[in-house]
This record gives sequence, structure tokens and C-alpha cells, in this order.
Amino acid sequence: MEQRHKYVLWFQECDINSVPVVGGKCASLGELLKANIPVPPGFAVTTGTYNRFLEDNDLDREIKSMLKPIRPEDTAGMERASQSIREMIEEKPISMELQDYIGEFYRLLSKRCQVPAVPVAVRSSATAEDLPGASFAGQQDTFLWVRGTDGVLHHIRKCWSSLFTARAISYRKQMGFGDEQVSISVGIQKMVNAFAAGVMFTLNPGNGDRSTIVIDANWGFGESVVSGLCTPDNFKINKVTLEIMKRTISAKECYFTTNLETQEVEKHECPPERACNQCIIDDEAIELARIGKLIETHYCKPMDIEWALDKDLPANGRVLILQSRPETVWSNRKADPACRPKASAMDHIVAGLLAGKKLS
Amino acid sequence: MADQKFPSPHEIATIPGTEGWERMYPYHYRFSTENKERKEYEENMFWFNDGLHYPEPMYPFDIIWDEAWFLGLSQFNTRIFMIPPALGVDHRILNGNIYITPVPVADPEEIQKRIPLFMERAGYYYEHWDELHDNWEKKMRELIGELKDVEINALPPMEDFSIVKEGLGTSSGYTLLANYDKIIDLGIRCWQYHFEFLNLGYASYVTFVDFCTRVFPDIPLQKITQMVGGINVIIYQPDEELKQLAKLAVQSGLADQILKGGKIDEVVLKLGASESGRNWLKAWDKAKDPWFYISTGTGWYHHDACWNDDLNVPLNSLRIYVQKLQEGHSIDRPLANVQEERERLVTEYRALLQTEEDRTTFDQLHRTSKMVFPYVENHLFYVEHWFHSIFWNKMREVAAIMKEHGFLNDIEDIWFLQRSEIKDALWDLVTGWATGSKAYGPLHWPKEIEWRKGVYQKFKEWTPPPAVGKPPETITEPFTIVLWGITNESMSAWAKLREIEDPDTVTEITGFAGSPGIVEGIARVCRSVKEIDQLQDGEILVAPTTSPSWAPAFQKIRAAVTDVGGIMCHAAIVCREYGVPAIVGTGQGTSIIKTGMHIKVDGNSGKIYIDRATATASTK
Repeated sequence: MEQRHKYVLWFQECDINSVPVVGGKCASLGELLKANIPVPPGFAVTTGTYNRFLEDNDLDREIKSMLKPIRPEDTAGMERASQSIREMIEEKPISMELQDYIGEFYRLLSKRCQVPAVPVAVRSSATAEDLPGASFAGQQDTFLWVRGTDGVLHHIRKCWSSLFTARAISYRKQMGFGDEQVSISVGIQKMVNAFAAGVMFTLNPGNGDRSTIVIDANWGFGESVVSGLCTPDNFKINKVTLEIMKRTISAKECYFTTNLETQEVEKHECPPERACNQCIIDDEAIELARIGKLIETHYCKPMDIEWALDKDLPANGRVLILQSRPETVWSNRKADPACRPKASAMDHIVAGLLAGKKLS
Repeated sequence: MADQKFPSPHEIATIPGTEGWERMYPYHYRFSTENKERKEYEENMFWFNDGLHYPEPMYPFDIIWDEAWFLGLSQFNTRIFMIPPALGVDHRILNGNIYITPVPVADPEEIQKRIPLFMERAGYYYEHWDELHDNWEKKMRELIGELKDVEINALPPMEDFSIVKEGLGTSSGYTLLANYDKIIDLGIRCWQYHFEFLNLGYASYVTFVDFCTRVFPDIPLQKITQMVGGINVIIYQPDEELKQLAKLAVQSGLADQILKGGKIDEVVLKLGASESGRNWLKAWDKAKDPWFYISTGTGWYHHDACWNDDLNVPLNSLRIYVQKLQEGHSIDRPLANVQEERERLVTEYRALLQTEEDRTTFDQLHRTSKMVFPYVENHLFYVEHWFHSIFWNKMREVAAIMKEHGFLNDIEDIWFLQRSEIKDALWDLVTGWATGSKAYGPLHWPKEIEWRKGVYQKFKEWTPPPAVGKPPETITEPFTIVLWGITNESMSAWAKLREIEDPDTVTEITGFAGSPGIVEGIARVCRSVKEIDQLQDGEILVAPTTSPSWAPAFQKIRAAVTDVGGIMCHAAIVCREYGVPAIVGTGQGTSIIKTGMHIKVDGNSGKIYIDRATATASTK
């Protein structure tokens, strides 16, 4: 095994078995890639890196000694300890060796995205998710639009230190987990530079038809679609044959994009000459639907998916999946048979003839 | 439905100069106000123009097939299979155009009484389908054999001595009358058989369609058809024969002789000079019967010539294939793909069903539809192509005798007489011949035919309203649903069509989405199969309708647009196979689109967009 495997792993090198090393979040991204579902590219900084950082700086012992004397009900003490530990983690140097591994991967990622110092999201990916009942999700931080190796290293330390918020410490104390049982990995993932984005359902939300995939799309980030601020373009695609059955191109008055200076999402008016243009081409819609079908197969249920087309990536790898969750409205309904079962086709034919075809 | 307004059938005015046109057709086909009850019945029914079968007005003789199916379809619904809620389909004619209406069973009790009868009768057919179907093919082959054997002979000045010697006791005059009757009788009988399976085929198919659209509201009709469609249906055999002949020609090194040989007679002459040429000609002759009886049209009109009528037609198609082979292209129908795609559709749609009950229903209905569907596709070759093609020519033999006796100026004039009028005229002719006196026909018919031709021309220039009368809320008659695709959408589209005023300003036409895909390109309007040799690679074919004899055209085109036809018509099926878009049943495609126009065809939505800006249409 290459030495670097201990410290950094591409998402595509992660899978469900790597949870202890890369945490739940990165592992699930790896699983999606294995199922050919494209997620924004990136890599995991492993728990090994974190552990090595603690070792290098002899932080392990120090943290333990700082936390030991504090009783669970001593909130003020806990707060003080948290602050000092976090400061310590954020100030201690990351060894040159680790910096090289991370820096090299970041450079490779930028190169692949053809963007110098590509903006990334730095997210913690906790390994504690496999501790029963211990949901740490959301307790660690996520930093968006981070650029440059220094920025990345800085925010990795911030993610690491988020293991020691007062809440996290107190939680572990209450649950009886030793602080040495938790470790943390950090995911470095390309920020999507959305040319167009939107949502996709792997069924028709209008009538529940599971043979249909419905895509809503607008220029820029998906916010305009998710928030309902504009009327998106709408595609109805046959899930079985991946043919577009219906295409509705709307006047899309606004779109969202990010101001790289302020790192804030901004709403823009859409110029009239662009508003009524189809924002994704048919082939992209079909590619999305193909991926939607894969996601549904991966999770074995109809899904509600956020997606984007990244303008930095080459045309054949532009489609990215940002989020998928199970569709709930139709899926939670009890599935009743479309018609009462009958003994034979003949009985169905008679029933069908009697019902006839309504014209109104 | 209430917002769809159609005129009363009695409001439709006679076209000036055609007064008296009604005598060209059976008397009971006219809408009439003379009797109150009949008038009210006609006003309250929904009559739609059968543009599917009749893109042109009726010729007085050709209406024979309309009468034949009027009887055939109706009797099987009403009296034989006892379809519970549906009786037959009633017919009328307006300015030469056929209007039809499905007649429901009005009394709910009567419907209930018909259910067990239908179960028993139709059930018997479904259970014994294959065996009955084999029997059907046998009957059809015998029937066609009988038709071929009917002799139409000229009347001699003196009968042959054999009549005396053999003690026949009948004359050539009598035989002519009898054999004319026989031709007509065989035609009517053929159309009896035509409906033996078709009603049940459609009933089963409609039920499957209905189930599929209930579980998958978005499912395109073409996908349902694909799931039950046959793979090796015989209607494609004539085209297969040409492909085999093309391959044989290339293998035997005869390609150049066939490509550059000129007309068929010259080609035959040249090929006859070599051993390999003679072998090839043997194969060509073998394919003629029955496969070259394929009509170049739908077979419904006397002018739909078959390949045997003009062997240059199959020769030209053959040349397209030979050329494709020489360029290194494959000309085989992508059969494996079609089969694979069908299996995939069935498996994937089935897997999307939510309950075990639905999967059982799906399997039951799919199995039955798949069993009946080959008949739905195959009967066309036996009846509309093979039988009809021979039939028209037998009628031309009758016409030749009438011409000889001065009843007609031209053989092709016979189509302006009804079959009953022909019988009367033959009596006139035969009695004149028998008596040695002058028949009345020559004084009457040529004049009458000239007038009828004028009327017919005026009918052709008239645009029939898509429907008249009152639309019902429900239609239960299986044919009406499958064949004519009567739905809310189609009726609105028809209503819209009538509003079109100037065909030169139309930029969008709608039809049925027959085969998916979107392409843009140059239009080529081909009004008959004889014009397909003008097609350039990559053009969009615009035609009144297509039939299997158009098959070679599909090798070249990027998309197809037809005036008539539903989701199961030839153009739609073939385009789906070749994976090119098709829009069928546009109503007026050939009258609005001109050769050379730049058009966009969206086979997913059924819309055609005409680019008027670059429309420098050239009409060749």
C-alpha cells in the first residue's frame, strides 16, 4: 500500500468498508461513485492524518488531561476546556509530510477541474456514526468556498477542532464514550460551479407514475428551483426508454450565482434573451434521467434528487448529483392494485368493455 | 366534451354543381330529414370522417369495401360475439366522404344479458386462437385461389359447339353474369373473414392499453404497442424478399446489370443471357406469388396498384437496396434489436408495478394481447393486399368487356359505377348480345360517367369536416378507440384543424407521435410510392400514408410525416424499428408542407414546425 493511503484517499477509493478511516460522509460518496453516480470530485483526509497530527504535536495526552477533571455538569469548565483545546488544534502545525500529501491532492483536484486553486467545500466526516445511537451529524462544521492550500489546511484544522465543541464533549461524557473512541476525517470536495441546476424526481410527482422521471431546471444554482422563486424548465422523461416525452420551456426570470468575493449566493435577473432559452440540452436531460434511474436502483426506492451541471468540468462529466433523498409523498401511500384481480384476461376484457372510454 | 361543437349532419351544404351526387352511392348512406325518427337519430349520433381509410373521396365502385366492413365489423360485434355494450358501426356519406358512428347498447339490462354470451363466444375464440387462426389462413388461401380461377370471357358472336355437345344448357352471357356475381361474392366473403378475429384482437388490445395507462398514466401508446407487436409479421415479407433478391444480385455479380439495366423488361432480357442471371430471375419470379401482390397503397382504392401490376416499382426499390449493399451498408431490419427492446420494455414496466395483483393482471393481459396481435398485423396482407390486388384486376377484365360493348370509354371508368349498377349494366349488355338488339348502356353510361367525374373532382377539392353530430360521453366500441384514436385530444385537434384558413401561413402542425425523436431537415413530399426514388438521403418524407411497399424509403429518411394513420400504422411501426421520428395522422401534412421546406419534426410531442423564413419551397 502506498504510504499516502494512510492519509489521503480519493472519494472513488472509499466505500462502505472505509468508514473507520474516512467517516460516513466520504464513504457514502465513494459508494455513489462505485454505482456510477457522479458526485462532485474530491478526496478524504483520513482519520490517520488526524491521529498523526495529534501524535506529532503530542496533543492526545494533553487533551485527555484537560478533559479528565471536568465533571459532566460543569458547563463553564467544559466551555473553557473546549475553547483551549480548539485553539490548540487550530494553532499547532501540520507536519510538512502531511501538508505535502494534502497539498498535492488539492493541486491534483484543481488540475482535474481546470481551475487554479479550485474552490472547495471542507466538511467533517465523522466516524462516530457507527456508534449506536450517537448521531454526531451536524455537530461538525462545513466550510464553503475555501480556496488555496493554506485555506484548505486551515479549515481542515477547524473541522478537526469541531470534535471538541462543548456540546460534543458533554455529549460524549453523558453517553460514556471515551474521547479516544472518536476520530474524524475531513472531506475536500469541489464547489459546484453551476451552469444550470435543479431537482429531479424518479417518479411523476403530479400523478405518481413510476415510469416517468421529472426534471426541473434553471440557470445557475439550484436555489431558484428549490425555493420556487422561478418557473423552471420542465422535462418529463420515460424512465424505461429514456426518451423525452414532454418538454416545457418557461420564462425563467431569475437565477442564483455566487459572488466569489463575498462568497454569498446572489439572486440575479435573467436577461430576457436568455430567460426563454432551454437551459439544459436534451442530451443532458437524458443523461440526468439515466443517472436518476441509477440512483433509484442504488437506493431501491423513488428518489428526490438535487443536481447541477458544472461549467468547470468537461462536457461528458458535467452532470453532478448533490443530494438524494427518498421521495415521500407517493412512496408513503399504500399501493393499491389498479384494478381488482380477476380470474382471467377474459374477465378483464369484459370489465374493460363495459367501462368503455370516457371522452369527457 | 361539451365545448366541442360540430355541425349537424343535415347542415352540410351540397357543393354547387354536384346536385344529385347521392345517386353515385348506396341510397341508404345519405343523411336524410324526411323521417323524423331517422333525422333525430342522425342528429344525436357522433359521426366522424373516416379519413384513416379514405384520404380521398369514395369512388362509387370502391365503396364496396366500405359496405363490406359496415356489415362485417358490425355483425361480429352485434350478432356473433355479442360484445356487451357495443353494437356495430353505422355509416353515412357526405359529399363523397364516409362518416361513421359507433352504436352503443342502450338498455343496461340488455348489456347484462349479453355478458355471459360474450364470455362463452369470445372466450371460445381466445381459447382456441391458434387452431382457429390456422383454419383462417387456410380459408383465405382457398378463397384467393377461387378468385384467381374465376374466368371473365368475352361474349362470342356464336357459342362454341362444346356447349351443345356437353349439354351445358347455359350461355357465355349467363356465365359472365354469374362470374361477376362470384367476384363480388368472394370479395364480400373475404371481408367476412377479415373481422373473424379483428374485433376480439382489438378488444384484448384495448383492455391492455387501458390497464397500462391506468398504472402508468404517462406511458406513450407506442410503448404499449411495442410490447405486444409482432416481430416477424408477414406484411414485411415482400420487403424481405426484395432484400434477399438484392443480396443474391450482389453475390452473383449482377448488381451493375440491375442498377443500370433500364426498365424491367430490358433487365429481364439482359439477365436471361447468363446462367447466374437466369438463376436470379427464377428467384425473382418465385417471389411474385404471393409477395408481389403487395399494394403500393393501402389496397383500399382501385388505383392502389400492386408490384405485380408494375414490376418497375419493386425493381426501383430493389435498386435502393443493391446500392446500399454496394456502399457497404447493412439492409437487414434490426430484428434482434426490436426483439430485445420489446423484452426490455415488458420486463422494466412490469418491474415498476407496485403490487402482486397488478403484476398478475399485467401478465394476463399482455399474454392475450401478444397472442392476438399478430393477426391484427397479418390480416392486412391477406385481405387488403393479396386479395384486393387480384380483385381489382378481375374487375378490370369485366370493364374490358363493357368497354368493348361501348358501355365505357375507358377501362378505368368502371370505378364510377356502383357494383349494383355494373350488374344492371351487364344485364343490359348480355340481353342486348343475346337478343341481337342494341343495348341502352352506351347511350347512358359514358355521359353519366363524365358527369360523375366532374362531381368527384369537386369532392376532392372540398375539405370534409372532421366530425358532425353530437359527441358522446363514453365510447365502448373497440375499433373506434384503437383505430381512429377518438379521444378528447384528437377531437380538439380536429376542431382546430378546421380553423386553419390559409395553409401558406401555418407554421405548426400536430399529429400523433408515432415514433420518438427530434430532427430537423428538408421535406420531400411524395404523394405515391412511385415518387420515392426522388428521395435524397437524410430528407424528411411527407406522404399521404405509407404501406409496406414504401419500405425502401425508410432506409434513406431522417423522419416521416403522414396525413392519415394512428399509432399502429405502417409508418409509425417502421420508424420505431429504424429509430427515426414519425408523426402520423396530421390530417393535412401533404397540403401544408412543400418539398424543400425546412421543417422540424418532434416525434415525442407529435408537433411539426415549419420554418417559413427559409422556406424557399420548390415544387417539383
